[in-house]
Amino acid sequence: MWDYTPIVKDHFLNPRNVGDIADADAVGEVGSLACGDALKLYLKLDEQKERIVEAKFQTFGCASAIASSSALTEMLKGKTLDEALAISNQDIADFLGGLPEEKMHCSVMGQEALEVAIAKYRGHELPASAHDHEHAPAYPDQEGVVVCKCFGITDVFLKKVIETNRLTTAEQVTHFTKAGGGCGGCIPRIKELIAEVMGKQPEEPRKRPEKLSNMKKMQMIQEVLEKDIRPLLWADGGDLELIDIDGPKVQVAFRKACAGCASSGYTSRVVEQKLRDLVAEDIVVEEVAG
Amino acid sequence: MKEIYLDNNATTKVDEAVFEEMRPYFCEMYGNPSSMHFFGGQVQRKVDEARGRVAALLGASPDEIVFTACGTESDNAAIRSALEVFPDRRHVITSRVEHPAVLTQCRNLIQKGYRVSEIGVDGEGRLDMEELKAIVDEDTAIVSLMWANNETGVIFPVEEAAAIAKAKGALFHSDAVQAVGKIPINMANSRIDMLSLSGHKLHAPKGIGVLYLRRGTPFRPFMVGGHQEKSRRAGTENAAAIIALGKACELAGLNMELENTQVMALRDRLQNELMARIPNARINGGGAERLPNTTSIAYEYVEGEAILLLLSELGVCASSGSACTSGSLEPSHVLRAMGVPFTCAHGSIRFSLSRYTTAEEIDTVIRELPPIIERLRRMSPFGREFLKGQG
Ligand SMILES: Cc1ncc(COP(=O)(O)O)c(C=O)c1O
Ligand code: FES
Repeated sequence: MWDYTPIVKDHFLNPRNVGDIADADAVGEVGSLACGDALKLYLKLDEQKERIVEAKFQTFGCASAIASSSALTEMLKGKTLDEALAISNQDIADFLGGLPEEKMHCSVMGQEALEVAIAKYRGHELPASAHDHEHAPAYPDQEGVVVCKCFGITDVFLKKVIETNRLTTAEQVTHFTKAGGGCGGCIPRIKELIAEVMGKQPEEPRKRPEKLSNMKKMQMIQEVLEKDIRPLLWADGGDLELIDIDGPKVQVAFRKACAGCASSGYTSRVVEQKLRDLVAEDIVVEEVAG
Repeated sequence: MKEIYLDNNATTKVDEAVFEEMRPYFCEMYGNPSSMHFFGGQVQRKVDEARGRVAALLGASPDEIVFTACGTESDNAAIRSALEVFPDRRHVITSRVEHPAVLTQCRNLIQKGYRVSEIGVDGEGRLDMEELKAIVDEDTAIVSLMWANNETGVIFPVEEAAAIAKAKGALFHSDAVQAVGKIPINMANSRIDMLSLSGHKLHAPKGIGVLYLRRGTPFRPFMVGGHQEKSRRAGTENAAAIIALGKACELAGLNMELENTQVMALRDRLQNELMARIPNARINGGGAERLPNTTSIAYEYVEGEAILLLLSELGVCASSGSACTSGSLEPSHVLRAMGVPFTCAHGSIRFSLSRYTTAEEIDTVIRELPPIIERLRRMSPFGREFLKGQG
């Protein structure tokens, strides 16, 4: 049995604001029957079209999906559209006193429906949506390519959720978005996306050590290649192998998408710069055939 | 709140008489059945009696009964043994709707270089016997097919399947965890080599199982060590639980007719009334031969976990093949294998009855479930469209 908080239980058993608004200003719909959950969110604005005066929902899904929708409609009342857009999926979970991690996708669905509703109202392009198949409302201009076929989830959406929730494992991504929870075929790609997003995270600047023994230097080169460089290459379907370290000379071989690619000359320069920044100034990277 | 327990395929209440039977074997007669002294000997005699009672329920002889720690262990032991007995046979056959106790093990074998075939089922959950016939070959070490499915109650023609397997020299195992005690089983005129059962599904405690091993069937033990169970399963016997299981099997034999009359009648009434009162529902496996105690119904436009929790608020215990209850995200592998339409795959609820189920309890569910489905459909965007269409 799920360990739901009393607030989740209350919002599930006594959901607030169920229904529709006939003259709604904004409507956002996400999810599908096939996915196992869906949410249709209605917003009504005041006369100045500034603040949300009424929010209603219809949800198909489990207890936490219903509770998340109910919570969201309560949170929205009285907010301007910009204030509403600042609500994150974590805010929804917090309002409920927390959600089991496996159920975080319910809060993500709420946040997503909200974005869709507001974007449609403003006549903006629709945000990157998780859901992309025939049973969901069609988003013809949607960005991104579908990564998870089982749940119709795009890379752009996944990256957004990974970034805002600082997810680090594929399992977490499944809990937050469902991607990877079906056949599992997309998990390698999800890992690549994590690497891509985390690679981009502003890190606290790492300093190059002052003096290094040869042993230590070789170790550090390997570490930087593993942790900083290879994940970046994986994201583009490439890879690299460390062939040899000889004094300042670092020999690497590029694989897959990178191998023989016109820009790999550039790639080895990027690798060199990274190693110079993090290990030693005099490093020279040489590309060799693997 | 008094519970209305309709989840007997998950586990059952220990029968009071069963509990009384096992009670003295904790604090008073706690001897080790293998000991030479009278104190162990008296336990040994009770264990032997229990073995006889289990054998009687199965139409087996007592030396064909090996006590294990659970149904899962029996399943694992049977399949592993077959692979060791036939090291040159590299093909394993099972079905797509097995319990994880069988399915996980089979899938793990793929990494070890085995060929694993999972026979499909039709929309009613019936095994594709033609596929089985076509696929069993001389390379097949074991065919493992469940007697009855835990989610839908659908019964497989295991005798027929066993004959097909034996024709190619393969061993045949059946996971009968859900069948034993609910429908008659007679191993005396059977071609099945190995069979698993689990105590907690028939009013004995959790943590006791049996592997039936036909006399003459080659076997390599899973647990090795002492010479208990004629060296077929080492480890000091869980004497109290074995004694309880013996009593539970005796009672199951006495109540077999009741299961197939009274329990079945209650199940049928529950199912018919729910189908009459709730539109757009379908019985999973309704067209197939099923256990007398099980009914699984899929409701369109609603999600199973929400139904279960609203039932639970009223004290009603059931289960669901829906994704959200299990922590997985897709409907159960059984419903998917049956191709249950996506409009209702997420909204399945299983009720499983027992001889303790009363007519009043069934009436409560018949009264309470329809408004729950209606309430959730009103909340669901798809359900509302559907209700609107209905006028
Ligand atoms: C068909 C089937 N096989 C095996 C098992 C596992 O039995 P146990 O819980 O005793 O390991 C179960 C019950 O969960 C079952 O329903
Ligand atoms: S493609 Fe993502 S789980 Fe199947």
